[in-house]
Amino acid sequence: MNAFSNTAAVAPAFPAASDERLLIPPAVEPRKTGTRRLALGRTIPFGALIGPALLLVIWSIGSIAGLIDPRTLPAPWSVVGTAIDLIAEGKLQHHLMTSAWRAAQGLVFGILIGTILALISGLSRLGEAIIDGPVQIKRAIPTLALIPLLMLWFGIGEGMKVTTIALAVLIPIYIQTHSSLRSIDSRYVELAQTLRMGYGEFIRQVILPGALPGFFLGLRFAVTYAWLSLVVVEQVNATSGIGYMIDLARNYGQTDIIIVGLVVYALLGLASDGIVRFFQERSLSWRRTLAD
Amino acid sequence: MASHLGGLSGAPVVRVESLVRSFGPRTILDGLSLDIEKGEFVALLGRSGSGKSTLLRALADLDDKVSGSGRLETPDKKSVVFQDARLLPWKRVLENVVLGLDLPEAAERGRVALDEVGLSGRENAWPVELSGGEQQRVALARSLVRDPELLLADEPFGALDALTRLRMHDLLRQLCARHQPAVLLVTHDVDEAVTLADRVLVLDNGAIAADIAIDIPTPRDHGDRRFGEIRSQLLRHLGVETKPVLPV
Ligand SMILES: Nc1ncnc2c1ncn2[C@@H]1O[C@H](COP(=O)(O)OP(=O)(O)OP(=O)(O)O)[C@@H](O)[C@H]1O
Ligand SMILES: [Mg+2]
Repeated sequence: MNAFSNTAAVAPAFPAASDERLLIPPAVEPRKTGTRRLALGRTIPFGALIGPALLLVIWSIGSIAGLIDPRTLPAPWSVVGTAIDLIAEGKLQHHLMTSAWRAAQGLVFGILIGTILALISGLSRLGEAIIDGPVQIKRAIPTLALIPLLMLWFGIGEGMKVTTIALAVLIPIYIQTHSSLRSIDSRYVELAQTLRMGYGEFIRQVILPGALPGFFLGLRFAVTYAWLSLVVVEQVNATSGIGYMIDLARNYGQTDIIIVGLVVYALLGLASDGIVRFFQERSLSWRRTLAD
Repeated sequence: MASHLGGLSGAPVVRVESLVRSFGPRTILDGLSLDIEKGEFVALLGRSGSGKSTLLRALADLDDKVSGSGRLETPDKKSVVFQDARLLPWKRVLENVVLGLDLPEAAERGRVALDEVGLSGRENAWPVELSGGEQQRVALARSLVRDPELLLADEPFGALDALTRLRMHDLLRQLCARHQPAVLLVTHDVDEAVTLADRVLVLDNGAIAADIAIDIPTPRDHGDRRFGEIRSQLLRHLGVETKPVLPV
């Protein structure tokens, strides 16, 4: 410590940063400059809602004007009415919970297994030799093509459904996490060596945070894949869940219930993607990207 | 700093003997020998591709994949400053400074080091929020917080503008006067070498081709006559002919 004690004795070669900070004005409106801005402009508030709202308007007008046959596509308000009825009877909640629980289980197992495999194979040559090949083979077979085999192995119960979802989820998690573990900039590895970091600390401070963007990218794919496989397994063989509800409605030609089911799928997909993005932005706040 | 020139302090901190390093058939360092005394500031000049970085990486133990032979003694406590600041983008400034520093008072020392390089108040900034010069100052703080006996720097100011570079020279001089590490500074800039160093080396053909003690009292003036003489001497060693220095 003694080497640091006489700080005041030497005139600073640079002014203290705190002075500079006072000079920085608070966030201001972007100014016009002569140059063309290549990054995107300012974000539009609730911009994501404009497109869907437009579709809804067209749908409503089409229904009122009688341009859309209700048997093909019922009016928005009759879909809402059906949804209210389904909720009042308690059916929608029941199916929704079943579906969400299946997806959540499949996601958790898939994410855990995918991450663990990626770590083993990303952090050791032997691990890669053992794990990477089988995962790449699994990747080449569409998960949905495995359903017949999984049905023979696990029956048609929840086990088969959760396994199918987990198998679909672990692939993007594995691929993205593994590749970002392996593509850590070698300059950071050198830095860690010169700072004499231990292996454990190197993994914690350099490798894992560096691989986080890849993991989140994989996670966003994973969530999409989870819903996708959910839809399929629920229509293959189920006695409850949104997919079952839709399949049943098809048998009776109840287009409005089908639409309710689809809207629920859309909402689930959007909500889960939103949750992932929330955590992504919080964990990766050190990054500056084009979207900022 | 010139006071360390005598090297009365005993064993040198760095001792290199008959160092050979080659990439495939090309021998880059060919029997190079070099001693650096405790607290001595040595600048290393040389043509591009002459092997300056190769030597520095050997001293930094970063060349285990390079074939070679020779004897190499360096202290355990050494730090490296690279041409790029090499901050981990996912760590805040203070965390970058104390990275890998396993001490209870690490954070406090980190703050003091940041204050020394004029960056107190920016502890919680992300590296992307700093200018190039500020990032390089963080890298300096990260090196010095470890109290190194040897500071290895490979063109640390190469990417900075001329004005920032001059201020960095002042800063580096002050920091070295206070912490007293031995320094090996690789640079392209002859003036930078003569301004800062106790001794300037020229690397050529894989060995030290010139070893010139700088006998000018600090702070050094570029317009000084002796400064000019040493500059032209070094430039001749580097294969650049200059106009003869006019007597003042
Ligand atoms: N990893 C490598 N593989 C093969 N050749 C290399 C490698 N690193 C360096 N060299 C060669 O060794 C020689 C010396 O390189 P070095 O980087 O030490 O030069 P330098 O003196 O630092 O040059 P500069 O001033 O341009 O940075 C060069 O000819 C370079 O091509
Ligand atoms: Mg170099």
